[in-house]
Amino acid sequence: MSSGVSITMSDAAEVLKGSGAAGEALEVRGVFKSFGGLKAVQDFRLSLPPAALYGLIGPNGAGKTTCFNLLTGVYRPDQGEITLGGKSLIGLRPSQIAFTGLARTFQNIRLFGELSVFENVKLACHLRTTHSLAGVIFRSGWQRAEEAAIRERARALLQVFRLHDRMDESARNLPYGDQRRLEIARALATGPKVLLLDEPAAGMNPQEKKDLRKLIREVRDVFGVSILMIEHDMGVVMDLCERITVLDYGVPIAEGTPHEIQKNPKVIEAYLGKE
Amino acid sequence: MASLQDRAKLVPQSPLAAAWRVFWPLALALVVGVLMQHQVRTNIDAYSSKQILDIGIAIILAVSLTIVNGFTGQFSIGHAGFLAVGGYVAGSITYYGSFALFGSASATLGTMSGLYGAKADAAFLTGGEGLFLFALLAGGLVSALLGVVVGLPSLRLRGDYLAIVTLGFGEIVRVLIQQTPQVLMSKEAIAAAKPLSVPLSVGGSLGFGNVPKYTSLFWVYAAVVLTLIFAYRLKQSSTGRAMLSIREDEIAAEAMGVKTTYYKVWGFVIAAFFAGIAGGLYAHTIGISLSPVDAGFQKSFDIIIMVVLGGLGSISGAAIAAAIVTYLPELLRTPDTLMKFAIVGVPMLVVGASLLAMAGKPARKSPEKKRGHDPRAFPRFVIGLGVIITGLSLLAFLAKRFGIDLGDYRLILFALALIIMMITRPQGLLGVREVWDGALYRPVRDFFTARRHKGGTA
Repeated sequence: MSSGVSITMSDAAEVLKGSGAAGEALEVRGVFKSFGGLKAVQDFRLSLPPAALYGLIGPNGAGKTTCFNLLTGVYRPDQGEITLGGKSLIGLRPSQIAFTGLARTFQNIRLFGELSVFENVKLACHLRTTHSLAGVIFRSGWQRAEEAAIRERARALLQVFRLHDRMDESARNLPYGDQRRLEIARALATGPKVLLLDEPAAGMNPQEKKDLRKLIREVRDVFGVSILMIEHDMGVVMDLCERITVLDYGVPIAEGTPHEIQKNPKVIEAYLGKE
Repeated sequence: MASLQDRAKLVPQSPLAAAWRVFWPLALALVVGVLMQHQVRTNIDAYSSKQILDIGIAIILAVSLTIVNGFTGQFSIGHAGFLAVGGYVAGSITYYGSFALFGSASATLGTMSGLYGAKADAAFLTGGEGLFLFALLAGGLVSALLGVVVGLPSLRLRGDYLAIVTLGFGEIVRVLIQQTPQVLMSKEAIAAAKPLSVPLSVGGSLGFGNVPKYTSLFWVYAAVVLTLIFAYRLKQSSTGRAMLSIREDEIAAEAMGVKTTYYKVWGFVIAAFFAGIAGGLYAHTIGISLSPVDAGFQKSFDIIIMVVLGGLGSISGAAIAAAIVTYLPELLRTPDTLMKFAIVGVPMLVVGASLLAMAGKPARKSPEKKRGHDPRAFPRFVIGLGVIITGLSLLAFLAKRFGIDLGDYRLILFALALIIMMITRPQGLLGVREVWDGALYRPVRDFFTARRHKGGTA
């Protein structure tokens, strides 16, 4: 794969094939979380089938990001059940959950700013490596082979996300829209089964949003990952998501197709208030 | 998921190349060591070779601290504790080991030991030299073990809190060493003492100066080469990236599957090991009497200065800064040498200024400007360096003129250098880059490409 030659999505998919072991569902049942007296999330439930594209919406402060933090192990739920492909995620550390196959992006971008774009993606392949520290010290053949595989995969991902031109730049020097895309690329490099996107379109201009929609759909199709996204841009959500869950004050008030959600009086009330 | 490994299996492998990758660092260490011992040392005076030895030990210390402070971003300010532990363990082993093996504590030098190249008593690695190598490794390992103990609090603590814990560690080491009993000076005294207390009799606050003096340029620079290669390999690896990611953003690193606690502890262990080796080398150096002060905060801070000046996370930066910080005090004591720096500094100023004039401003809205490439960055760097060098020689001139010994003001100058550094270049000399990184030379490239661009349109 020489630089300059742009590869297509399917070429990259060849390299990236099987990097997300699709076919496992995320099940969330009866999850509660409170911080002191504040009931941040109550009875959150979600059933995300394989290769689905679901949305999680709600007014500001509804507890959407808290839900993500509960799923990824940043917070531990007070009660409830979270399983991925039948395996419980409760009590695991975030890194273990990432290893199980749950990757995320962050609402306030959290890239490794000083590291290059390339290194950001390469780092995310780390959890799938099998060589030991001795392999690093002695540069074992296997360590080098894995590094080569990491480079190949990171390059393919950056091609897909059209970031390969800026591979060697520090991540913090990228424009905002590119940073958001790099976060998604990085999350995909971990080889996830489920991808959680926290406001991927935030701060993007209309053209970037249009490209993003296409990209997210392609990612789902090529990688076969399930995607759950938090998004405030209703255009993006209604266009992309097959089903949507609406949170208000930490309580899921509605669940359904975009069409159903748009008509649901409870949702309208949560967003616009009662007459 | 097997995908990464499936692709990795496609990469051709050769057992011969693998063996070579294990072997060449050792070979290089040997070659460099022998060259230092038999070419460099024989051509310079004893004083200079002692300085070069000090620089080597400082490089090992600075590079090892880079792994904790620079890679994993855990701010450790007790690094001298590891140095002292390694030094005392290795010193105790060679001192009392020599009594047990050879009947006296005087060094039985091998062909590669002893700074001043006294006549060798034994072949390479036989006799005392083998004991010395064993002691170095043992000191490193004991130190690494303590690295686990210090690394464990870093599981729960961050930033300032961890710094205070590491500070406490250094102080504990210092105080514990102060409590140790007197050195046993003769075979009879050793025979009379309780066997278990013998290796612990390292002199307390009186110091431990009787350690046989094995350290030579060979051993120091062989260790420098191995330390640098190890740090380089670590940084280039997935493991090194995992450490750097912790420094950049711990929450994101954890979310990307990096076992942050695991790598933080490993960072401490690796750094402690190399600091322990450096301590062992230090303990066996001529003119050095190990003392509890070596575990103290002042010593730790010297190492931190090197790492911060060099650029947190830069191996080569730390090594260069270690050399400068170790050598500068000597330079300050000899104003005549320092004044000669003007021969380099003034032309640099002139060249830098003319380059700056040639570079001109980047055209507005040009692609260079948009990407933040500035052709003036390189000339500015040359001028900056010229200012520092000329300034130093000017300082030396003034000091000589008014009869001031600049060596006395060494710490003030370092403090000033740190302040100026933090204001003008907070990322340190090289930032997170290395001297061999292409990106480091981007300003140079920008300068030349921008000029060609301008010429093309004119």
